[in-house]
Amino acid sequence: MAELIDFIIVSVVLVAIGIYGLVVKRNAIRMLISIEIIANAANLSLVAFSRNLPNAQGQIFALFSIAIAAAEVAVGLGLVVVAYRLYKEIDVAEFRSMRG
Amino acid sequence: MVDLVFIGVAALTVGAAIVALETRELIYGAIALAISMLGVAGFFLLLDAPFVAMFQIAVYVGAVAVLIIFTVMLVRTQALFSTKEDRKRKGAGMALMLIIMASLGALLLASGMNGQFGNFNDSEAIDFREIGEQMLTYYAPTLIIMGLTLAGAVIAALALARREVTEISGEEQQNGRAD
Repeated sequence: MAELIDFIIVSVVLVAIGIYGLVVKRNAIRMLISIEIIANAANLSLVAFSRNLPNAQGQIFALFSIAIAAAEVAVGLGLVVVAYRLYKEIDVAEFRSMRG
Repeated sequence: MVDLVFIGVAALTVGAAIVALETRELIYGAIALAISMLGVAGFFLLLDAPFVAMFQIAVYVGAVAVLIIFTVMLVRTQALFSTKEDRKRKGAGMALMLIIMASLGALLLASGMNGQFGNFNDSEAIDFREIGEQMLTYYAPTLIIMGLTLAGAVIAALALARREVTEISGEEQQNGRAD
């Protein structure tokens, strides 16, 4: 059976992949995908610790975190659509000014 | 000892996360992200948290992935192919990823966490009825604030998208008059 450390190591691998995506990719939607991967890794470690302690608070916090991540994605994708309308481009290097 | 189901779910999750970032077409990336999130939901099931797994599938696979797919459809296809990727930058990013993995992994394996908890199947799983009870009693104010935050985020996203529509249509009207 898998132990706590195995879940935490998978979580670390996911965080590293997400950071790689944030550093390398210049596409706004891909950066959002990277942020989602990092958020998922955080939720995974929260639930893993919650199961091992055992304590329900970790799961409750993971539930709140999932809901807030959904809100964040809604606003982030709204910004991507607005930026696309302004610049005809979703490459973040091309967003030269923050002027509306 | 790690069992086969865990290895399968871990390979699915990590592989789909890599595919989500590395496919050329963004729409396949969004689908791979959905598969990766399903893998994380599988981890939640392995951790005896069926309620969180269900929430994960409903919110991430059902809402977030579909939202990303719709945004990809709204954005012009040419903008989706990022050809400006620097090879040097990619190499540096990969090195950073491997350094983070190796250092944090070594730190975790060397820490007291390794083997301290043992097999968690010995302890009793958390009942989701306890989660529901705590959410409606101790965490009730947090739940309300979270609902307000979600409503605010949705209204903000609508406002962001809407204002630009009116401005662009105004410009188009002016252009039409000039012609």
